[in-house]
Amino acid sequence: MILSEKHQTMRKLYRQFAETEFTDALLDALDKTGEFNWDIHRKMAQCGFLGVKIPTQYGGQGGDSLAYALMIEEFARVSPVLSIYANTSNSLGGGPLLMYGTEAQKQKYLIPAAKGEKIIAFALTEPGAGSDAGGIQTSASAEGDFFLLNGRKTFISGAPFADYAIVYARTDPTQSGGRGISMFMVDLGLPGVSRGRHEDKMGIRGYPTGDLVFEDVHVHKEDLIGPLHKGFAAAMKTLDAGRLGMAAQAVGIGQACLDESVKYAKERRQFGKPISDFQSIRFMLADMATELEAAREMVYAAALLHDAGSPETAKRCAMAKYFASEVCNRIAYKAVQIHGGYGYIRDYKVERLYRDARITTIYEGTSQVQQMVISSSLLR
Amino acid sequence: MKAIVCVKQVPDTAGKVAVKPDGTMDRSSMPTITNPDDLCALEAALTLKDQFGYRVIVLSMGPFSAAGMLREMKAMGADDAVLVSGREFGGSDTFATSQILAAAIRQIGLEDRDIVLCGRQAIDGDTAQVGPQIAEKLGLPQITYVSELKIDGSTVTCKRELEDGYMVLQAQTPCLLTCVKALNTPRYMTVRGILECDREPITVMDYACLAGDPLIDPSTIGLKGSPTNVFRSFSPPAGAPGRMLDGSPRDAVTELFAIFRAKHLV
Amino acid sequence: MNTFDNTQLDRFQGIWVFCEQREGQLMPTAFELLSEGRRLADELGTELCGVLLGDGITSEASRLGGYGADRVLVCNSPLLAHYTTDGYASVLCQLVEQQKPEALLLGATSLGKDLAPRCAARLHTGLCADCTQLHVDTQGYISFLQEASTLDTSRIPIQSGDRTLKMTRPAFGGHLMATIICPRFRPQMATVRPGVMKCAPFDPVRAASCTIEFPEFSLREQDIAVRVLNIVKQTREAVDLTGAKVVVSLGYGIRRDPETAIRLANELAAALGGVVGASRAAVDEGWLSSEHQVGQTGKTVRPKIYIALGISGAIQHRAGMQDSQVIVAVNKNPAAPIFAYADYGIAEDLFTVLPLMVEAAKKKTTEEELS
Repeated sequence: MILSEKHQTMRKLYRQFAETEFTDALLDALDKTGEFNWDIHRKMAQCGFLGVKIPTQYGGQGGDSLAYALMIEEFARVSPVLSIYANTSNSLGGGPLLMYGTEAQKQKYLIPAAKGEKIIAFALTEPGAGSDAGGIQTSASAEGDFFLLNGRKTFISGAPFADYAIVYARTDPTQSGGRGISMFMVDLGLPGVSRGRHEDKMGIRGYPTGDLVFEDVHVHKEDLIGPLHKGFAAAMKTLDAGRLGMAAQAVGIGQACLDESVKYAKERRQFGKPISDFQSIRFMLADMATELEAAREMVYAAALLHDAGSPETAKRCAMAKYFASEVCNRIAYKAVQIHGGYGYIRDYKVERLYRDARITTIYEGTSQVQQMVISSSLLR
Repeated sequence: MKAIVCVKQVPDTAGKVAVKPDGTMDRSSMPTITNPDDLCALEAALTLKDQFGYRVIVLSMGPFSAAGMLREMKAMGADDAVLVSGREFGGSDTFATSQILAAAIRQIGLEDRDIVLCGRQAIDGDTAQVGPQIAEKLGLPQITYVSELKIDGSTVTCKRELEDGYMVLQAQTPCLLTCVKALNTPRYMTVRGILECDREPITVMDYACLAGDPLIDPSTIGLKGSPTNVFRSFSPPAGAPGRMLDGSPRDAVTELFAIFRAKHLV
Repeated sequence: MNTFDNTQLDRFQGIWVFCEQREGQLMPTAFELLSEGRRLADELGTELCGVLLGDGITSEASRLGGYGADRVLVCNSPLLAHYTTDGYASVLCQLVEQQKPEALLLGATSLGKDLAPRCAARLHTGLCADCTQLHVDTQGYISFLQEASTLDTSRIPIQSGDRTLKMTRPAFGGHLMATIICPRFRPQMATVRPGVMKCAPFDPVRAASCTIEFPEFSLREQDIAVRVLNIVKQTREAVDLTGAKVVVSLGYGIRRDPETAIRLANELAAALGGVVGASRAAVDEGWLSSEHQVGQTGKTVRPKIYIALGISGAIQHRAGMQDSQVIVAVNKNPAAPIFAYADYGIAEDLFTVLPLMVEAAKKKTTEEELS
């Protein structure tokens, strides 16, 4: 796809920012400690990245889905975890508010999220409801002006430090599966909210993930987002945009793996010549580049379809996420292979990229869930 | 109150530099960037805009393709962009360039409280001449190598870098300053800025537009009007390559130090 | 309107050198330029004249004769005590208009590069910045090209009686050299990089025969628009690169861990009795101060051993260290240009090689102490 001048300029901006601000020291610290880095969060906020896709009247930058996908891709190319920093407010955090929030809710929650003053987590997954998101056990029962929220959410990105969470809970216990679920904006400072321990992850380290536990949390009725009992469909719609972001992240990681591999293949000498002189290496690089380009085209096309309101959106976003994340893992595998023993050593970038790549076929819908989405849209 | 910032698009000399067989630069094969010192000049102007409401105008001489760079500067916050472009201007040396830019600045209009900002030097020529020469043509006070800047009304106070220290200098507006990197860190564009200036036009000044200015005369601009000419350009020959020390890094280092000792270097 | 006609080329005679002083102290570039100017004046069969501006600066003038000046023009004024663009440009241009030199050389210091363009614009003449080579004699220029370029010199016409100053300078970050001429206007002006021209020994006989003149000039306080509020000398960490016997230089290749690389380079330099240098990239990144910079825009060094670590070796760097006795290059990239002119190359990661070098150098030192 030939990008317009404005999108090319955006890509340049994202690349400039990532290459300048995502220093090796910062990346090492994130990986080593696993802790959230507030400085880089604030810097991204200052530059408007947290609101790239949020309209200007809500404190955002007014970009389209392609502007957002390019950002995630370019950020991920330098640091997969830091691409997540700029992601949530634009996708799973801000998306439901933008689509279903009332004006008051947008004013209260979306604007601070767009400016990076507040962080919103997305709390759907439960210990017993992963790919089967309809298996939600968390409940919210109406009581006067409030809903009483009870349950446990797990693997929630940002749970240890977020200000708010979008929480999905069953409001109609008589219904099962995707029906009878509602969406709430929950202030994580409310009594009854506790945060579980911070998971020690394989990759994407530096954006803590953990559990959220709700025990008789009083959520005001004004914080119900969208129609009562119909939150699940909303969640699924939000996930379309989220999948786009994660697909873009996979493309960015793949590009980084390819860049590192090309560089290394030219530098590394064996049998008296650079390993890039060997066909076995050259063909691996060719495959990596070709698959990566196909994935990138799918992501950009899905971004345009999404904004055009195409009925194909769900399918195409699922396809982009499925293909890009699988490709990303194949590329990361080959990148480590090209690096040989050095690729297994922490000093080399591909070691971290390989770990970061692994989650892309899992979070925001596993590859198998994407296959379900794609096939069910075919067989409808 | 205006801040006019002179900027230049340059080949990125930090990357691969392509030299044609005849010894001239193969510009077409090299990526272009905004001259780094010029971005510091722009940042200084944008800071004045934030602090005192200056109107920031970026001014460049170059081919039409430089419009992209100017749009990027609008995406950083510049209010207007002027591109001086025309075949008559091609091949200008620093003297001729300063004639043209001075005429363009006069065309834009220079008032009492205005300030002209340039980068210290451009990375393609490294001459640092165009700024002072514009100042001379416009009869403005100049302060070069500015690393700190304070403006109080019409009084401009600057820290001016020296090799062995610095000077503190003061001038009245209108004046011209050339900026060094120590002055600031240029800001980023914003996505919003990119979208807002996407379809906005860039003002283009061509020869006809500037021809009325006494500085603009075929004998003082362009290749023919330039006092200096390039007599020859060339790239140095590749020297005789030395010896690569093969083997493990430890073997190589051991051998190297043996050579040092044999040659009585250590 | 300026009545000074500088297109009558034959009315302009003599080579001038602007002799920069700061707080009454002559800058080394003054002596370097006079030494070079002497050679050019001899080639042209003309005089060499030094120009000295300051306040109560006459005592310094005769020294200038010792480096080759036939004549020194001294302008004293309290208004010239400190450098100001307006004051110095005004007086220098007045002298040029009065006496019409054919060439005017200034040091490419931060003040020289402030003054020279202002004067060139006022005099309507050409100025070549940061020259590293100056030639008048065509034969000499061709010999220089034969050594320093790949040009086919047989195709350069030799014109006898050519008095044009051929000013050679690096361009495009030193990737290219260009020879600039100013054929139609006088004086031909150049700023010359400090430290490049060799300084001749002081000649007391010449010093004694040098004439000192005090030309007339006019300068009023209101002519100077920029006020000097303060001048601060900063003692920077002195790095004697120019005189060092061993230079351990760091480039962009240390980016993975600049701190460790600098620490190890310091250890290596200390063990070998040398100092730490840096490429322009490493200085631009802020890892090392500009005091350490070797190359076209930094210092020119001639050590016994030059060790380049993670430096790709662009021409601009080469210009500053090519006269080293032995050049050692360590670079991960076997295609790095530096290997084309290094005497010894190690195509490995500097982070692997540097610790081994430190170890070897320290071992060496210990052995020496024991023996």
